[in-house]
Amino acid sequence: MKKLLIGLAGVAAMSLGMAASALAEDPMKVCFVYVGSKTDGGWTQAHDIGRQELQAHFGDKIETPFIENVAEGPQAEGVIERFARSGCELIFTTSFGFMDQTMAVAERFPDVKFEHATGYKTSENVTSYNSRFYEGRYILGQIAAKTSEKGVAGYIGSFPIPEVVQGINAFTLGAQSVNPDFKLKVVWVNSWFDAGKEADAAKALIDQGVDILTQHTDSTAPMQVAAERGIKAFGQASDMIAAGPETQLTAIVDTWGAYYIKRVQDVMDGTWESQSTWDGLAEGILEMAPYTNMPDDVKAMAEATEAAIVSGELKPFTGPVNKQDGSVWLAEGEEAEDGVLLGLNFYVEGVDDQLPQ
Amino acid sequence: MGMTEAILLTIATAATPLLIAAIGELVVERSGVLNLGVEGMMVMGAVGGFVIASLTGNPWIGVLAAIALGVITSLLFAFLTLSLAANQVATGLSLTILGLGVSSLMGEQFVGQAGKKLGNLDFPFLTDLPLVGPLLFGQDPIFYISIALVFGVSWFLFRTRVGLTLRSIGNNHHSAHALGIPVLRYRYLAVMFGGACAGLAGGHLSLVYTPQWVENMTAGRGWIALALVVFASWRPARVLAGAYLFGAVSIGQLHAQALGIAVPSQLLTALPFLATIVVLVLISQNVRATLINTPAMLGRPFVPDR
Amino acid sequence: MRLELIKRSAPAPAMRFLSPLLGLFLALIAGAIMFSALGKAPDRALYAFFIEPISEMWSVHELLIKAAPLILMGAGLCICFQSNNWNIGAEGQMIVGAIFGAALPILLPDVQNFLILPLMLIFGIMGGMLYGFIPALLKAKFKTNEILTSLMLVYVAQMLLDWIVRGPWRNPEGLNFPESRRFHEWARIPEMMPADGRANWGFVIAIVVAIALGVMLAKSLKGFEVKVIGTSPKAAQFAGFDAKKMIFFSFLLAGGCAGLAGIIEVAGATGQLRPTVSPGYGFTAIIVAYLGRLNPIGAIVAGLVLALTYLGGEAAQISLGLSDKIARVFQGLILFFVLACDTLILYKIRLSFGAAQKGAA
Repeated sequence: MKKLLIGLAGVAAMSLGMAASALAEDPMKVCFVYVGSKTDGGWTQAHDIGRQELQAHFGDKIETPFIENVAEGPQAEGVIERFARSGCELIFTTSFGFMDQTMAVAERFPDVKFEHATGYKTSENVTSYNSRFYEGRYILGQIAAKTSEKGVAGYIGSFPIPEVVQGINAFTLGAQSVNPDFKLKVVWVNSWFDAGKEADAAKALIDQGVDILTQHTDSTAPMQVAAERGIKAFGQASDMIAAGPETQLTAIVDTWGAYYIKRVQDVMDGTWESQSTWDGLAEGILEMAPYTNMPDDVKAMAEATEAAIVSGELKPFTGPVNKQDGSVWLAEGEEAEDGVLLGLNFYVEGVDDQLPQ
Repeated sequence: MGMTEAILLTIATAATPLLIAAIGELVVERSGVLNLGVEGMMVMGAVGGFVIASLTGNPWIGVLAAIALGVITSLLFAFLTLSLAANQVATGLSLTILGLGVSSLMGEQFVGQAGKKLGNLDFPFLTDLPLVGPLLFGQDPIFYISIALVFGVSWFLFRTRVGLTLRSIGNNHHSAHALGIPVLRYRYLAVMFGGACAGLAGGHLSLVYTPQWVENMTAGRGWIALALVVFASWRPARVLAGAYLFGAVSIGQLHAQALGIAVPSQLLTALPFLATIVVLVLISQNVRATLINTPAMLGRPFVPDR
Repeated sequence: MRLELIKRSAPAPAMRFLSPLLGLFLALIAGAIMFSALGKAPDRALYAFFIEPISEMWSVHELLIKAAPLILMGAGLCICFQSNNWNIGAEGQMIVGAIFGAALPILLPDVQNFLILPLMLIFGIMGGMLYGFIPALLKAKFKTNEILTSLMLVYVAQMLLDWIVRGPWRNPEGLNFPESRRFHEWARIPEMMPADGRANWGFVIAIVVAIALGVMLAKSLKGFEVKVIGTSPKAAQFAGFDAKKMIFFSFLLAGGCAGLAGIIEVAGATGQLRPTVSPGYGFTAIIVAYLGRLNPIGAIVAGLVLALTYLGGEAAQISLGLSDKIARVFQGLILFFVLACDTLILYKIRLSFGAAQKGAA
């Protein structure tokens, strides 16, 4: 019903026509391009929740049209251009695969501002923004090492891109900080979203003896399997506690809302500038879901780690860290550079998997 | 429960929806109709099963709803291709597009909700038998339905008069019509049976396999089911073998990865498809047997002239 | 009430044009009802779907970009389907064509001259043909069902592309993201009218190929052979036409078209190889072939119409806030109505009331 009303409002606004756009009280148009469906339960849904928070924050001062299921690649360019021409002042393109298309359209529309998620290119009117998901994964690793009896965790991966590799490495480092012998088994399902396959991967990992599961795919299927088999698991992208009330230890929750509100405010104030943002727990672009189903000491440790990351005291990728083959990556006290992290394509020591090269 | 049983159970769960949908499509194709819309009917069954199970709180009613939605969707196909003699390939593909759209519209409010799972059977003593116990006596009810379907359809097609008639229609609808057989009525029923099976397979996905609703959750399984029918050269027992082989390879590649075997995961993901092609080539070596079983009228429209 | 089809003595020529229009008209009515029921102004929704995408020049260019691969593959598939070769793997052939064509600028980035682009197109065609050759060979030699093998090979091609873009062909300057290096200028298909929009000469290639195939089918002996083998295999055997050769001919032709579509997509709008080349164009092309009455010229019209519904769906989302789900349902409705109305070409429909009268006619 609410959606219907928003839709009607959109129709009404449209029928007023472009003539009205000169009026001062005309709502500012902030537009969103989604790679998936806004009810996908994962990545796109997290962005859409951010959009709803943004809409709620500014009320009728802004409009937030969006378009779902936009295929990555050349088709996206037409969609972004249609938005740019329809009077959007600020356009968020929320998938890596929209990067070059965003850059191309931005060049043709210098007066429109663009924000591209999880890429690396920027220009005068294009900002890139990203979240340090790996900070959360370090905490997951610590909890896993404390909770697991067998010392082996299972990791369901989507695609071997740097973001996912960062997560695997951070998880491993977190786990090793508690138990240096901790092992990680990785299974790639080559999909962001295939509930059946994710469930199968979860079962395969459990059958091979892991007693804790974590995932970098978007469906709640692995959580359900973990609940059924009586082991613990971590949620991804959103709080998945509903799928495993007695299973979820915590979850990494993507919270884009605050960032969106800030950037729209910047545009309104005339202070918007192109930048390259890579925020983390400290800035609140990701949050940890409540720590549940774990003993108090584990919870205390997780909270302490979280606080240390937020205060900047702890950086997950700080030496000494060896690469998978045993060679030194980071010397004692050395911190990884963002440039290296953004293109991360190797594992740290202790990961039981081969990264496709 | 040991590791072997656990793996076998996983394979059974992965194979069951493929098996059910393929058995339904087998009957459809035996009647001479090619319905490429299995994916669309399946996803409708999945959403219908989940939504109704959530609203009523009873997964069994959900199963019935899944079947009903599969049948309703298939009727759309039947009306176009049988009553209006529209092209079956194009209609089937369009049915998939429509099914994926309608299902995501229907399920919009239900994404991310925890589902009602259809529980596994549990017989005292029997289920606890080593190895065979959980496999034979401890699975979900739809697993047993799928096995029963294989034997039932096999018996129906090759041991009953009606089954013989159905096959004769698939082999030559003109002579069947000349003999006074109501060709279109048979085909309508066959298509509806296919729809019911596809719907049930979808229901298995959203009520047993992964008790939740997500858009496009069939993720191409309808197409695999279609492939299995041809793979099985239209024999029910071979559909059973094919579905389990496919399930075994799919699960096996995940285990290979978990063991840390250094093979590109893309190759492992493609393995089930490659295996299907290889087995298919081996089977079709036996050209005579394949030809006997292929419904000659497959995909051809029939319009009774009077 | 019963519905009866009465075969016309010959296909009704008027209906060939009227039936899709009637189908579209009925779909519009059904769509208007659906939009009203969902609380959207139906006139605005239909305007967004069908007029808005072609009301501005840049958007017409977008239409041509989308239509080009659909027309190209649809036209090739017409030959396949007319000769009873059920190639539903055009998507895979398109992907392999894209990989083959992209090999030149990716592996030899320093070779930059005017020869590169024609070579890429030829490589693309060869890649598609090679991939179409597999199901053709399996069908001709082992009688393996081509529907299945061509479909299975689509998944294999997707995984091959995925692996190659993430592994060996990954862009050395791309921060390890899954994409190849960007093609240099010589390896790009130029845009037709850069001042107005992005459409490139790929669209013209698609039209030329479709017309050539249409002429071949209508006028040449080969075209006659295709039709005879498709409609009456026995007569074809009698006339000395070789059905086995036709398997190869049609698969290589459709595969070549798909491969060309693949490299046009990559060298045209995209400019690099990415983990997905096509959002399912190869499957949509099957519908294009049928909506076009298995006639390559018809595929041009059908390809444009289908591309329009895709763009219309996007326009309706942007200007009306119509959800993507509703757009997809509407697209399905259009297809169903047009397919249903096709019946009128070959048949008259009669509704009879009461019980069936056996032997009445």
